[in-house]
Amino acid sequence: MTVTPLGIPRRLLEFTLDGQEVRVPEGSTVLDACRAAGKDVPTLCQGDTLRPKNACRVCVVEVEGSRTLVPACSRTAEPGMVVRTDTERARHSRKVVLELLASSVDLSTTPRVAGWIKEYEAKPDRFGPEAARLGEEPRVDNDLYVRDYDKCILCYKCVDACGDQWQNTFAISVAGRGFDARIAVEQDAPLTDSACVYCGNCVEVCPTGALSFKSEFDMRAAGTWDETKQTETTTVCAYCGVGCNLTLHVQDNEIVKVTSPHDNPVTHGNLCIKGRFGYQHVQNRD
Amino acid sequence: MDLHFGDSKPTDDERAAVDALLGPPESSWEGADRSDADLRWARGGREARDRRDLLLPGLHALNDRIGWISEGGLDYLCRRLTVPPAEAYGVATFYAMFSLRPRPATVLHVCTDLACTAAGAADLCAGVEARLGPGVCVQRGPCLGLCERAPAALAVRAGDPVRTAVSAPATVREAVLAATAPDSAPEEPPAATAAPQAGDPELVLLGRVGVVDPSSLDDYRAHGGYTALRRAFELGPAGVIREVTDSGLVGRGGAAFPTGRKWQATASQPDHPHYLVCNADESEPGTFKDRVLLEGDPYALVEAMTIAAYATGAHRGYVYLRGEYPRALRRLEHAIARARARGFLGDDVLGQGYAFDIEIRRGAGAYICGEETALFNSIEGYRGEPRSKPPFPVEKGLFGKPTVENNVETLVNVLPILTMGAPAYAAIGTAKSTGPKLFCVCGSVERPGVYELPFGATLGEVLELAGVRPGLRAVLLGGAAGGFVRPDELDIPLTFEGTREAGTTLGSGVVMAFDGTVPLPRLLLRIAEFFRDESCGQCVPCRVGTVRQEEALHRIVERTGAAAADDIALLREVGRALRDASICGLGQTAWNAVESAIDRLGAYE
Repeated sequence: MTVTPLGIPRRLLEFTLDGQEVRVPEGSTVLDACRAAGKDVPTLCQGDTLRPKNACRVCVVEVEGSRTLVPACSRTAEPGMVVRTDTERARHSRKVVLELLASSVDLSTTPRVAGWIKEYEAKPDRFGPEAARLGEEPRVDNDLYVRDYDKCILCYKCVDACGDQWQNTFAISVAGRGFDARIAVEQDAPLTDSACVYCGNCVEVCPTGALSFKSEFDMRAAGTWDETKQTETTTVCAYCGVGCNLTLHVQDNEIVKVTSPHDNPVTHGNLCIKGRFGYQHVQNRD
Repeated sequence: MDLHFGDSKPTDDERAAVDALLGPPESSWEGADRSDADLRWARGGREARDRRDLLLPGLHALNDRIGWISEGGLDYLCRRLTVPPAEAYGVATFYAMFSLRPRPATVLHVCTDLACTAAGAADLCAGVEARLGPGVCVQRGPCLGLCERAPAALAVRAGDPVRTAVSAPATVREAVLAATAPDSAPEEPPAATAAPQAGDPELVLLGRVGVVDPSSLDDYRAHGGYTALRRAFELGPAGVIREVTDSGLVGRGGAAFPTGRKWQATASQPDHPHYLVCNADESEPGTFKDRVLLEGDPYALVEAMTIAAYATGAHRGYVYLRGEYPRALRRLEHAIARARARGFLGDDVLGQGYAFDIEIRRGAGAYICGEETALFNSIEGYRGEPRSKPPFPVEKGLFGKPTVENNVETLVNVLPILTMGAPAYAAIGTAKSTGPKLFCVCGSVERPGVYELPFGATLGEVLELAGVRPGLRAVLLGGAAGGFVRPDELDIPLTFEGTREAGTTLGSGVVMAFDGTVPLPRLLLRIAEFFRDESCGQCVPCRVGTVRQEEALHRIVERTGAAAADDIALLREVGRALRDASICGLGQTAWNAVESAIDRLGAYE
């Protein structure tokens, strides 16, 4: 029997979005409303399984009566609100945010960002060749996943997934301040000296590829990573009785990484070390 | 939560420092030797985690005793408080006054901010670095809040107890003496020397500074102390809020929000407990008025906080005091202890059946913690990063509960409102900016200090009072987050509406006068450095934008006209995004001063 969770019925509220009256369930964010209306508001730090952090500011919109722009991802829709998503002012901030990020962080593996840079006519090069970059080297300190903080936009999603929102392991935090802030374990030690349990739920939510499977990292380095040649097969983890969903990413008949569907009502994309990384026995051909 | 610790052990000193704050550990789960009972049941859970707010005091305890925070010391503190070491590391690395690497026990903080730079901070730094050996760590830093005695230096020597010495105005010899022998450094001049009007019977806010003995509760009472609280008990909470609302008092920290409305909004929240927080994290470069009030008249803040808490239904108040104010800390600690001993704080304030007490929390070198929600995070033991609003503090503030947060000066204004009555108070100043206002005047003036004037005085009048020196080139209003005005704009009335009309801001009341000693582009670069250093790093516009702003100002520091035009255009674009898209006021104002210098003063023309 399939049970669809219905939840408590929610009232609809009405507000104006780009001149159109829209109706959304109470408690929706402005971003929810934008997406329901088919508007493409860019997002980076927003995660479908995490509370909005509104750190990247690329989703800002104009709300009448608000002195500053407002992050669509975290602002709850209110009746009578007048929201405009595509004004020159909002587009300007999005453009500058994209320029600031692209000029300091390696966005080469961030999905969709190249398209937004083009759409908003962002020119990251205009800060000059001397513009400060993160300048981090990839940290390969264990066999399971790699932390390449040169690609980190500091969205806090890994910290939230590791902490009280999902895993409750609290192995990582933001350390330092300002431009020098980095994700780190205590004393900035190798991962193997930390509280990390290698569930890989941080890898699952990382929006830029700063956190990636060691297998993906090695294949990218070797130039053999090719998503067009990959298939995705969703199955059920065989390790225990919880029944987590696994999506196996397979290239050339090898599992190259494992993700989990975020819409699973039990696990919301989270796995443990066995489901996430314990797939080698499947490929053992001896 | 499954805590994971390394093998590092605390030294006896580190253990003692933490235990002095938290008491001895009760079980091996908290870091004691293991007993039989510990093997049979675990301790921890919510009760242990509820002490998370002691993390910042714990970090101070370690840093004060040892001079830096070692891995073993941090681990021990984490065990005691059930805090994951990664989180504690993230918190400790957030604050400029802490070091996670070994360093000498003595740190000499030398201010290199605007007023001190204009008064020769660069030579001072070079001099002390040449004279001091490896036994002292010289740290260049932002404003120490001693601008009336620029250039300033603050020596902190770790130990039991920690020793501090202020040298201001500092010569190389005196700063070196303060760092090498903090105990024998000369006593700082009394607080009243920072208030040139001290003793004038007309003064409302500064009336007791230099007149009363700041350590004596009896002297405070003999000079009108605690009459306002008695009046408050007569009026009842609703009556107090009505008086404050009718007085027209608005916040003096910079945002100018109506205080009565804030109090009413908190008082009417059904969720309990309510908290009162006094924001004494005065870190805006050029601001030192809270320091003068706290050093010269500390009981006034204790009384004012009691009134604010009574009106809004709070039984616990926190003072978040910036870490660079050792004398203000000592005086306020003493005042709170005396007030508690005499029944002015505690379970039954003045026998009225109302319970209220105050706790001081020290900041540790982070301008951002003056932002109201960052301050809550800092007290709660998290990184001092601003929260997104809504929800606003009146609804969900400290510990997620309804909270009133007011600046020191705002709170102290409540005393005259109650003693003279709202109509008389509102008659001071202008219709839209009522009451007296404190101005921190420094820079190119003969008598720098805190001046009290009724709202409505012009910039020229304030500068004249302080004895502005000839050759005035520019005035910075409101500090680094404020804006520059020209020497021919001295008729700007220093009111909220007057400065707004003139396209500038009053901010926290900073009036910093500059002659031509330091070229304007250098000052702008220092302001940009300040924001780059103090950005918490949470949101992209501020984290990267403040870096790009500094880089552009670096490029044009020696350029003018067409050679600077491209970078000025770039600055405008980045500045606009900073203002529009940053989470909090730090990023939103990080471009204000630079913009005003370009547009009003014609910098780079």
